[in-house]
Amino acid sequence: MKLDAKIPAGDLETKWTRYRSTVPLVSPANKRKLDVIVVGSGLAGASAAASLAELGYRVKVFCFQDSPRRAHSIAAQGGINAAKNYRNDGDSVYRLFYDTIKGGDYRSREANVYRLAEVSTNIIDQCVAQGVPFAREYGGLLANRSFGGTQVERTFYARGQTGQQLLLGAYQALQRQVGLGQAHVLARHEMLELVVRDGRAVGIIARDLVTGRLERHSAHAVVLATGGYGNVFYLSTNAMGCNVTAIWKAYKKGAAFGNPCFTQIHPTCLPQHGSYQSKLTLMSESLRNDGRVWVPKAKGDKRKPADIPESERDYFLERKYPAFGNLVPRDIASRAAKEVCDEGRGVGQTGLAVYLDFSDAIRRLGRSVIEARYGNLFEMYEKITGDNPYETPMMIYPAVHYTMGGLWVDYQLSTTIQGLYAIGECNFSDHGANRLGASALMQGLADGYFILPYTIGEYLSGLIRSGVVPTTYGEFDEAEREVAARIERLLSIKGGHSVDHFHRELGKVMWDHCGMARSRESLEHAGRQVAALREAFWHDVRVPGTAHELNPELEKAGRVADFLELASLIVQDALHREESCGGHFRTEYQTEDGEALRRDDAFMYVAAYTYAGPDAPAVLHKEPLQYEVVKPAQRSYK
Amino acid sequence: MRLTLKVWRQKNSQDKGRFEVYHLNDLDEHASFLEMFDVLNEQLIREGKDPVAFDHDCREGICGMCSMVINGRPHGPLTHNTTCQLHLRHFRDGETITVEPWRASAFPVIKDLVVDRSAFDRIIAAGGFISVNTGQAVEANSILVPKENADQAMNAAVCIGCGACVAACKNASAMLFVAAKVSHLSLLPQGEPERYRRVKNMVAQMDKEGFGACTNTNACEAACPKGISVTHIARLNREYLKATFLQEE
Repeated sequence: MKLDAKIPAGDLETKWTRYRSTVPLVSPANKRKLDVIVVGSGLAGASAAASLAELGYRVKVFCFQDSPRRAHSIAAQGGINAAKNYRNDGDSVYRLFYDTIKGGDYRSREANVYRLAEVSTNIIDQCVAQGVPFAREYGGLLANRSFGGTQVERTFYARGQTGQQLLLGAYQALQRQVGLGQAHVLARHEMLELVVRDGRAVGIIARDLVTGRLERHSAHAVVLATGGYGNVFYLSTNAMGCNVTAIWKAYKKGAAFGNPCFTQIHPTCLPQHGSYQSKLTLMSESLRNDGRVWVPKAKGDKRKPADIPESERDYFLERKYPAFGNLVPRDIASRAAKEVCDEGRGVGQTGLAVYLDFSDAIRRLGRSVIEARYGNLFEMYEKITGDNPYETPMMIYPAVHYTMGGLWVDYQLSTTIQGLYAIGECNFSDHGANRLGASALMQGLADGYFILPYTIGEYLSGLIRSGVVPTTYGEFDEAEREVAARIERLLSIKGGHSVDHFHRELGKVMWDHCGMARSRESLEHAGRQVAALREAFWHDVRVPGTAHELNPELEKAGRVADFLELASLIVQDALHREESCGGHFRTEYQTEDGEALRRDDAFMYVAAYTYAGPDAPAVLHKEPLQYEVVKPAQRSYK
Repeated sequence: MRLTLKVWRQKNSQDKGRFEVYHLNDLDEHASFLEMFDVLNEQLIREGKDPVAFDHDCREGICGMCSMVINGRPHGPLTHNTTCQLHLRHFRDGETITVEPWRASAFPVIKDLVVDRSAFDRIIAAGGFISVNTGQAVEANSILVPKENADQAMNAAVCIGCGACVAACKNASAMLFVAAKVSHLSLLPQGEPERYRRVKNMVAQMDKEGFGACTNTNACEAACPKGISVTHIARLNREYLKATFLQEE
């Protein structure tokens, strides 16, 4: 298979404008005859569904939660980037583009990222018009703050609940279309198979999670907006329900999967405690604006933080990266924290934590300013840990947070299956090997509001004569049979261990051997462990209940079964990428002072995989990355 | 620590339902309330019994999915808290805890502790939005919003749509939920042109869904995990009254 990114010719700055002006259109009368399925209702899904419905397409939205407003975009705290340059501090579309390319360690497409930066300003306009209550100055104008990996203040925020407010904006826009009869939401529904006919996506098989009934839904195009697969690590900052299932089914039906091993470990999460732990909680990266990260200089120093004098503290981020200090990108901050903990200087009961200290900021700005900026985050921290961060430093440790990898898409956000699109976190685009803070919200909304509604027209314009897609095609029969058989198989094993047991085991293997630092040895070990675990799962899992009722264990079982397959692909990709870049750190490839050693000569490409059967390794395809404007260099934040 | 749970079990919406008692030993006081249910479910699966169905997703207090009435209080004993952010250290060793679903006729039970809250979605669809299509927006800073108004709007907008307000109310009224959205949008200049239509349509839908009337007991505010104030209900009433008199049909 040849990967064609379909990047329009011409100058970087004018590619998108020109594309938009020349893309084939669908007339309003014809839009009414075209059905689009959107799976997932987070920022990308809800914004796309609302925008497509506003344009006049007939839209069906699916989500597994009880309401589209629950999607995990809601948990994003810190903010959303946009090149508005409201602070007059030298920001521009180019600079946001450049920061994103550099932050991604030169593993993303210039044309996509430039377009993202370009539409970032429209997103803020749109959200304000919807009534998103962004933070404001006393003059009534919008406020901004800075974020990791940048030297300008371009982040817009709504207290520590930016994701929630942006999602509610998109959700309300979607509900408005529901009220108008233009969109239909099928909540508590899970997509369990993609239906492909003659190389085109024509619909999905979904399970009504309340009744357990399998349903066929047909459409002229299918849009996947199902988020990331960080839960393959079991413990992550993702919601409990976040899963890979929809995009994994698409992958097995022929869609290429891009850069599966690029996962982001977020530096500021609450450290792990007991074995019952079900998820890790993120504390917004915005805290690094005013918090200083440190550990004791001496190994095994068990004194209380207040008893450790200034001279015996190591503010390791400020020491190693004076130019960016506590605001270095996430991958670098995470690795630095792991390093000091590996040296035995970590704090807390497990020694797997570092301090994030606000005492200087409180002295400098006063408690009320800090409270206004981070009040809800401090409250949340205290609720979970029982410690008061106004008085004692927070303890944080890195945790899996975001997956840069996902379905491979071209410039039009189309996967390698015609009529199947992937938007938001579930595609691989835009963030390269590491995502900058406050850019996930930006990408989800850019894809959904401003990119997909244009690009999907190019495909749909060819289908105006096709009429309603029947659900009686043999491909629907077959897909439904497969889904039913798999559910039956899961229920019939009646083994000795719960689904969570296997999920926990998988997470441990992935975190220990395919996590923040990876080596050939650890990855080969992980590969064997994952295969063994998959085998064990299909012989020994116990799924109670039946297929014809609300059965959360059955839902989890299907998702974990897919994670067990995905894990092998992640390991395969991590093994093949013999370099370190962004979130992917191979211990064999580091500079003398322990920084990631990228190998542009050999690995400056997107690794996209296609499925080759249950027991064969996936087939690797390469999309070379050409940098025409930015000159790749070793990232330096010193 | 050891806890005894009295949990509401109901097979489906037709089933009558009843309490069942479970004993849990060796719990860690730092575990969250939902992690305790994970432990319970593991135990039930091991024993070949049906695990307890409950709604949950983000487990960090923001998605609004978790919904348990704990010892008679929605989201449990703490103020400004969700069930997922409640930890066992707030209970006594050996205590018996009663856990029920949200109870309101507008929120029918689906199974065990899972209820159907789609009525909230329909209320939003009836008017809980500002009518602006993608692409129609003006430059963001051309709309000035006084900081006080923006802050107040945000205080209302933080609603997570969990339904604790309804569960806490003896009338199962949804006034706080509706008030939060009406307040959020009517405090902003963007929401001005359709403010009267919005409040009338949302209230009409609320009534249609079968939520009860507000009798100002303020139980909703006490149960709200985001601490949304009943003053927003006062604003809702004001808006509704104005709409009744001022809006031309």
